[in-house]
Amino acid sequence: MSALLHVDNIGKRFYGFVALDGINLEVQPAERLGLIGPNGSGKSTLVNCICGTLQNETGSVHFDGKVLDGLAAHERTHRGLARSFQLPRPFHSMTLADNLRIPLLYTVRAREGMLHAHGDLAARCHELLQMVGLADKAKRLPRDLTQVEMRKLELARAMAAEPKLLIADESMAGLSHSEVDDILALLLRLNERGITVILIEHIMSAVMRFSQRLAVLVSGKKVADGKPEDVVRNPDVVRAYLGQ
Amino acid sequence: MNTTAFSLSAAAIGLALLVVAHWLGVDYLYFAGYTILQFIVLATAWNILGGYCGYVNFGSAAFFAIGAYSSVFWYKFHPLPVPVLIVFGAVVSGIVGLGTGYLTLRLRGAFFSIATLAMAVVFQTLVVNWDYVGGSRGAYIIRPESLEVAGLTINYIEYLFALMLVLAVIALVTARAIERSQLGYGLATIRDDELAAEACGVPTLRLKLIATTLSGAFMGMAGAPFPYYIGYLQPQSAFGLEYAVNSIAMPMIGGTTSWLGPLIGTLLLGSAQQYATVTISSAVNLLIVGLMLVAFVIIAPNGLIGLVQERLRARRRS
Amino acid sequence: MDISWDLLINALVAGILLGGFYAAVTAGISISFGMLDIVNIAHPAFVILGSYIAYYLNVSLGIDPILVSIIVLPAFYALGALVYQVYYVAFERRGQESLRGLAFFFGLLFVTEVTLILVFGVDYRYVEAAYIGPSLHLGMIELPLRMLVPCIMALALFAALELFVGRTFIGRAIKAVSQDQLALQLMAADPIAIKRIAFGLSIATASVAGALLIIIQPVEPSVGRDYIGRVFAICVLGGLGSMPGALIAAFLLGVVESLTSTFYGPSWAPAVSFGFLLLTLAFRPAGLMGR
Repeated sequence: MSALLHVDNIGKRFYGFVALDGINLEVQPAERLGLIGPNGSGKSTLVNCICGTLQNETGSVHFDGKVLDGLAAHERTHRGLARSFQLPRPFHSMTLADNLRIPLLYTVRAREGMLHAHGDLAARCHELLQMVGLADKAKRLPRDLTQVEMRKLELARAMAAEPKLLIADESMAGLSHSEVDDILALLLRLNERGITVILIEHIMSAVMRFSQRLAVLVSGKKVADGKPEDVVRNPDVVRAYLGQ
Repeated sequence: MNTTAFSLSAAAIGLALLVVAHWLGVDYLYFAGYTILQFIVLATAWNILGGYCGYVNFGSAAFFAIGAYSSVFWYKFHPLPVPVLIVFGAVVSGIVGLGTGYLTLRLRGAFFSIATLAMAVVFQTLVVNWDYVGGSRGAYIIRPESLEVAGLTINYIEYLFALMLVLAVIALVTARAIERSQLGYGLATIRDDELAAEACGVPTLRLKLIATTLSGAFMGMAGAPFPYYIGYLQPQSAFGLEYAVNSIAMPMIGGTTSWLGPLIGTLLLGSAQQYATVTISSAVNLLIVGLMLVAFVIIAPNGLIGLVQERLRARRRS
Repeated sequence: MDISWDLLINALVAGILLGGFYAAVTAGISISFGMLDIVNIAHPAFVILGSYIAYYLNVSLGIDPILVSIIVLPAFYALGALVYQVYYVAFERRGQESLRGLAFFFGLLFVTEVTLILVFGVDYRYVEAAYIGPSLHLGMIELPLRMLVPCIMALALFAALELFVGRTFIGRAIKAVSQDQLALQLMAADPIAIKRIAFGLSIATASVAGALLIIIQPVEPSVGRDYIGRVFAICVLGGLGSMPGALIAAFLLGVVESLTSTFYGPSWAPAVSFGFLLLTLAFRPAGLMGR
């Protein structure tokens, strides 16, 4: 299987409510996939199942040639999967720099088995904070940040895990045009280095500019999957967004 | 200050305390001091799981009593030196901690806490029904008057005091070392946001089990010498209310994010209680502890240390 | 045959009656923990408080304990509403309900127990009522009225609660708030007010449960702690939020405890509930009828 990520017919219910209904999805290495859909369509549930935060009831998830089912979320992160949360979940008692040290300590170090010298870690944290424009706030606590800054921290923390596949879950909500451009540029740079990116967004202009391929989720089902310009003209997709 | 330097300083302070106490030679100091040191160990142990990791253990009394009753068992079966009993108590309590954790830590923190509460009741039931260690009638431990160590004859209570002092130093050094280590960071992420911690690659279950085992082990260590200290052990006193509430109140009032919190909390609350038990009744004393716990939890959730930190941060910003 | 059928059947019957009572004690937790997600470990303390109030008014004014519990119901409701308000302002609103909330309720549990010790002492207390003492006899089955009456009252309480939650607007709002707070807000109902009502209700049930408790057995302040394991075991085994499930679990627990008590001795009874809790948490955390 040449696909980096292969989501094979996964299903998930919450006490009778079907959140995911037989989702099939493939993501190629170094691909830029956009994932869109109305609110409540199951995008975050899908991410949760891929990353192990939730366990899918049916189907399986394959990553980098291996099956992920049964693996805890932290093990999936060790294998190269990283995600940001839709509602930012920073570690409140730690500074921004320390927030970024956690993935470095627990994922990168665990994976590489190398001992990062103290200075190395600090430099890497600084570099990441600079990439998202938060370097001057390195010693602050998350509660001192604005909502927008917290989203950037969220993204930086996902990047700190040095993933093969990064899932950015609505990282751009509330950002200004130029800030959106900055994040997009950042994600594109990551992609150029070979990191596969799944972008989940509502800001259509960003999604269209960024994605090589677009998948659409509606009510737990995938209704479209293909080139962005084709998908937006798909009548099912139009109907889902604009109503009958 | 790195861990080695801190250990040496703590050991030096401990040694100094021992010498001063020996020179003063007042038995009451040994008895009162033992109790306070014992609570330092209990509070510090509780805090490793509660303050650092965010998982509340209501069954401290059970772990403490497991240590105490394993000593009673050996006393009846084949008496062993107290330091050996301490190690044994640590191992048994640690295993129980591991077991409880393994069964309940994969679920929410609330279930772990409820399980610890229920566990205390169950262990008390087991002990009450175990006649070999005295059951509900209790067990008498006859402690020697004195002990020969390196040519010196020491009062036995002084010996117990010294042992507990060593345990307290070890507990504080360990807690501080954990706090500053990668383990400490990991525990803090579990406390702050377990889901995000997992997503960052933190093996949450493993770390929680480490914390539970360590915490249980230290509590068992604190309990192991207790039968020798008290002379007559009954389940009501081993599983008593004061252990449950104090091991929570002392760290929460002192401050849960640092090794210093349980120490300060114990010194303040412990001394106050020693005084109150003698002057007022022990029930009123416990009532005051309970009320203080509720008050602090509502008003000053990060304890005294938290209040000081807030002051410093406010001053730094202005 | 070693087992005396007489003993076995009576143990079973006693277990069922006991189970009915356990359901009454658990009803409150079913609401506060099952629906509101509040880990109120102090609930048994409120039950014991109810027992002591019933005792006091029974001994001083001769009023029937169940009647007492109904009279003080509004006071318990108000107490519950007050406790929830403090809990909400201090913890829920700040998102710190896990560690601090638990410590808060533990503190309440503790303070209540110690206060009762100070006021009433540690001796066991009893109540006097016409139905404590006599028993009904159906063949070889003995139905002590002091257990039958509480069981019937408990089931009545349970049924009343089920109806309330299922049929009234407020009851359904309570169910709704446990599932989707946002939707409730959009329907112009204040979720905080709903939760306060629900919590007040759960403490109100403690008043009745307390009176029933002291009818069944003599009470002293530490008895509450035996019930913590029981009520949460029942709640978890029954499946959080499922009141019918809690009822079944309560009967199950009652029967197993009664059988253990009869054949192995009463001092083993507390271990039973813990065993239930551990087994359930380890193997089927969603409970028998898990939501």
